[in-house]
Amino acid sequence: MGRIAFLNANAAVAEAALVAGLGFYAGYPITPSSEVPERLSKIMPEKGLPFMMMEDEIASINACVGASASGVKAMTCTSGPGFSLKQEALGMACMFEVPLVVVDVMRGGPSTGLPTRPSQQDIMQARWGTHGDHPIIAVAPCNAQEAVFETIRAFNLAEKFRQPVVLLTDGSLSHLHTKIYIPDPDEVEIVDRAQPEVDPENYYPYDYNYEVPPLAKWWTEDGKSYRYHLSSLIHDKTGFPTVYPKYAQWLLERMHNKILNHRDEILKYEYYKMDDAETCIVAFGSTAEAARVAIDQAREEGIKVGMFRPLTIWPSPEEQIRDIASKVKQFIVAEMNLGQYKLEVERIVGGRAPVYGVSQAAGVLIRPSQIYDKIKDPSKRVEIGLTEEELKRFGGGE
Amino acid sequence: MGFHYELRFAGVGGQGSLTAGTILAHAAVFHTNYYATQVPTYTSQVRGGAAKADIIISDTPIVFAESTNVDFFLATHQKAYDAYKGDLKKGADVLVDSGLVKVPDEDAKIYKIYEYPLVKVAKYEIGNVVTMNVLAVGICVGLTHVLDVEAVRETVKEEVPERFLDMNLKAFDMGLEVGEKFRREGPTKK
Amino acid sequence: MAVDYTKYLRMDKMPLYWCPGCGDGIVLKCYLEAIDELGWSKDDCAMVSGIGCAARVTGYVDFHTLHTIHGRAIAVAVGIKMSHPDKHVFVFGGDGDLVHIGGNHLLHACRRNVDVTVVLINNWIYGMTGGQHSCTTPPGAKATTAPRGSFEPTIDVCKMAIGAGAGYVARGFAGDPTRLKKLIKEGLEYKGFSLIDVFSPCPINFGRRNKLGDPAKLLEHMKSFLVSSAKAKRMSEEELKGKFITGVLHKDTEKPELTEAYKSIVEKAQASDEYWAKYVKGTLSESDKNKITREELKKLYPYDVETPLKQWKKL
Ligand SMILES: Cc1ncc(C[n+]2csc(CCOP(=O)(O)OP(=O)(O)O)c2C)c(N)n1
Ligand code: SF4
Ligand SMILES: [Mg+2]
Repeated sequence: MGRIAFLNANAAVAEAALVAGLGFYAGYPITPSSEVPERLSKIMPEKGLPFMMMEDEIASINACVGASASGVKAMTCTSGPGFSLKQEALGMACMFEVPLVVVDVMRGGPSTGLPTRPSQQDIMQARWGTHGDHPIIAVAPCNAQEAVFETIRAFNLAEKFRQPVVLLTDGSLSHLHTKIYIPDPDEVEIVDRAQPEVDPENYYPYDYNYEVPPLAKWWTEDGKSYRYHLSSLIHDKTGFPTVYPKYAQWLLERMHNKILNHRDEILKYEYYKMDDAETCIVAFGSTAEAARVAIDQAREEGIKVGMFRPLTIWPSPEEQIRDIASKVKQFIVAEMNLGQYKLEVERIVGGRAPVYGVSQAAGVLIRPSQIYDKIKDPSKRVEIGLTEEELKRFGGGE
Repeated sequence: MGFHYELRFAGVGGQGSLTAGTILAHAAVFHTNYYATQVPTYTSQVRGGAAKADIIISDTPIVFAESTNVDFFLATHQKAYDAYKGDLKKGADVLVDSGLVKVPDEDAKIYKIYEYPLVKVAKYEIGNVVTMNVLAVGICVGLTHVLDVEAVRETVKEEVPERFLDMNLKAFDMGLEVGEKFRREGPTKK
Repeated sequence: MAVDYTKYLRMDKMPLYWCPGCGDGIVLKCYLEAIDELGWSKDDCAMVSGIGCAARVTGYVDFHTLHTIHGRAIAVAVGIKMSHPDKHVFVFGGDGDLVHIGGNHLLHACRRNVDVTVVLINNWIYGMTGGQHSCTTPPGAKATTAPRGSFEPTIDVCKMAIGAGAGYVARGFAGDPTRLKKLIKEGLEYKGFSLIDVFSPCPINFGRRNKLGDPAKLLEHMKSFLVSSAKAKRMSEEELKGKFITGVLHKDTEKPELTEAYKSIVEKAQASDEYWAKYVKGTLSESDKNKITREELKKLYPYDVETPLKQWKKL
């Protein structure tokens, strides 16, 4: 049976990962993500599952790649600086095509930035942080309950598409406790990586006959052993390196197509009061909650405004945004950064409607009142919404 | 809007005043039909820095959990009082430790100030300073009636370690009585 | 005793990538002989490597193999070993890979005493990238990035590993395959972290630049830095300066192995289940089976979005 609990998003992610079948965790502590490993360190040994704190974020994600390649569901969790360190191995996970969940509890950046404060500054890093043309899936829940659902979904997507999935939360969600429901594993759909139907002798880890070739567990429950090779180099169906141009092109195209051709399974989004909307707020994660309040308030005054909320950040919900662009007069992208997702919305909208931004990278949540003000007058710049009294609390300013 | 109540529990790191908030939030979500949120805030100083936990209890889902109209405020340290009194509603109930917080006279004109030697009573009358939280919870419930007494008592039973249970229940009942008295007699600082 | 190497090799991947005179093939041969003597099944063996000439080994051995990224093989191996404590996990790699860029992982694997066997092919150079100097290049030796000779001190990897707490540390020499096989075999058998630092010639990218392009000459040169542990015992500290001792340098039979240590934590945790018991506080018991209704759940998640719940996809 499921459980009702009063938890923040960090604890929710930890619990949900176990529901999803987490089999290995490796991490390195960093604010504001540390509660995830702290909670797992308590529970995982009780369930007989390996839990490791490694020497750095690089080691953590690499250990996860090793565990996952051998057949175990793995997760690592971090925040900004650690997410930067993980990028090279994130690319290896893309190249190996091994399932992996990487949680990034976004804090203010760049560099050490604002360790305890929320941000959404890693949106583009999640997409392009590692080098080369790689596909990525990134999801962003808006509260702890959704973090439960999206964590489970992240594992499922990772397993289904042999693909690392980035789960983006933020420093405010890691504090906000709410009442949530943690389902029992048998209440939810759990996806496990497809297993080959052929014997080990006839198995290819990148079989050309599949869009997502089955990834054999090294040691199966019925005692079989699939010995094969995975390489971070461009490889052919056998997993061995090749420089043959056609294979290189094929591999990258298939890697992208396995995601892009399945947007309908990967994309998730919410339309909020969009039916007759003339202004579309685009917001995700905790910012979406502020937008919701602002929209309700504006609606009370008869302003036709709604929200499009992507839960899947990457790949982009291009068709959906393009469709909205043909119906609304304007977009307002609200996000805790200087306009990263706005850039993506602009690209998709392609000039069909003006795109405004509430782009705040101040280490404080965007408030409903700020979004409300922007709805009232999109051309006006929105100032950081803090009272004198609150500003005093931040002290100094050095 | 139906029922919507904001509480703030503030102290300095290490004092543990924030757990008083946790008990109330847990009571709301596990033993009543209310919604509740809890947002702890710490300053970078781990020990000795001001810290608070904001609790919102409501009969409708809380979408954006921001405390801007605090109805009840507990402060167990001067630093915490000064730092976090900013978002109080006019006429808010404010409970302070009379030994550790000195409330400016002008504040008493805006808020209802109740002073009580929480730490001292916990330490010397009840017998252990750790009961200070539950004592404060008792006063809060007695004074504000924000939650059903039995719901909170049940939560206290669940939350505190067994060996401290009797002591804490005693603290809770004492707190309730003090709270009810405050409720009848009004603020201690006029 | 003739070993059928083809049993362990992916013969379709031949010929080997390495240059003529390269030590990597000798080390691989010694290693396979050791595996053969132990009689381990290929099915139970997993090998990880990073990037470099030495790291190419994973392409040839017919085990579960991962050819990962530069410097991180040991971290990857730790993930595998922790997930499958009953399997044999190995790492092959070069000095640049395992000591320089990946030194931190090596250090902590030593400290953890995780049961992984690391064969370090120490050729004093970044072979694959064309002969840049690495942390093991002897001072004064030339490299493409040290045309006037390296001005940096080198490192005794074995001393470092011992200091960091590795359970088994040995140094071998590609010029002495018989002993090398024994050292590797003992490392494989050791239950804990084992490092075998193998001095091995790279005639192409180290040798040629240092007037040692002839493999035999390079071997002689490398040998001049080496002293057997037996002989070292009779030498003064002064005499040992700049020398590297070969043989088994350290073996700790007491230190607990990591996966074993974790096993005892698991036992301890499972004996009490204290945290789980605490966290499942809000569990709906069997009798409350209908307690969480769709309506209640909808209150917790009032959005028009699909959930992973089987029963109520949309709340
Ligand atoms: C992050 C990163 N940096 C640099 C490289 C380039 N690179 C590939 S192999 C190598 C050096 C290999 O030297 P070593 O590990 O000693 O192996 P050898 O070729 O000598 O056997 C370097 C620097 C890389 N692949 N990745
Ligand atoms: S470059 Fe050196 S290490 Fe690499 S294969 Fe050639 S001889 Fe061996
Ligand atoms: Mg080398």
